Amino acid sequence: MQLNLDAVFSALADPTRRAILARLAKHEATVTELTEPFEMSQPAVSQHLKVLEEAGLVARRVDGAKRPRRLTHEGVDAMDEWLGTLRKALETNYERLDGVLATMNRQPPKKGRER
Amino acid sequence: MSQMTLRTEGETHVIVTRRFAAAPHLVYRAHTDPKLIQTWLLGPDGWTMPVCINEAKPGGRIRYEWTDGKGRGFHLTGEYFDLRPYSRIVHVERMHFPDPTPDNHVETTFEADGDGTVMTMRMTLPDAKTRAAMLATGMETGMEASYARLEGMITSSSHDRSHV
Repeated sequence: MQLNLDAVFSALADPTRRAILARLAKHEATVTELTEPFEMSQPAVSQHLKVLEEAGLVARRVDGAKRPRRLTHEGVDAMDEWLGTLRKALETNYERLDGVLATMNRQPPKKGRER
Repeated sequence: MSQMTLRTEGETHVIVTRRFAAAPHLVYRAHTDPKLIQTWLLGPDGWTMPVCINEAKPGGRIRYEWTDGKGRGFHLTGEYFDLRPYSRIVHVERMHFPDPTPDNHVETTFEADGDGTVMTMRMTLPDAKTRAAMLATGMETGMEASYARLEGMITSSSHDRSHV
């Protein structure tokens, strides 16, 4: 399947859809199961899932009368990439802090510990 | 050398660890002195923290305001519960976008490790949904810059899996 990049980016642009992806990253879930934690109507959740499915990030399977949704490989990759991005944002801060600490290490300790 | 780890634990925790090449009292100070916090707790390049209030005492207030200098910004508020110099800090914080996110309870410990310090931040969110949303939101801050990388990743994976 060829991913439509525009569809992927607009699918990821919405915080609710990112939260739905994060939820599906843990375990597959039906629309009903997703409706409750997100405090949204079933049609609203279905609409978000439709966008995610069209972007190739989520797929459904048939289980009797149920249609549980799960992340596709591409959806898993996207979640990994996000976690990587979060790590990178934090790591950027900590690299700055390394620099600050290196400067503090070079300063001689204050005498008399005045406050 | 100072590899950061970020992992989830149980339904509601996020654990971050990082080693620093400085003694615990210095790392602790860098987390509680507003003048120092403003120099590193900034997020993506180009963002600054013009307002930094950090009253490092039980009941003390925390307020950080970030801006990208182009009209976009958000802030964080919090309160300290307990501080044990230079080994442990317990506080609560929430982001404002501008609506406040649910409270994030954070326990930060600083442990001497040779001539350095291992910092461990243990965050507790009210429920699994909030944690998922927090991770998703945190990811967003660095997302713009990473679109190019994401694009590369998706392009290569769709080549790999073009038969799927």
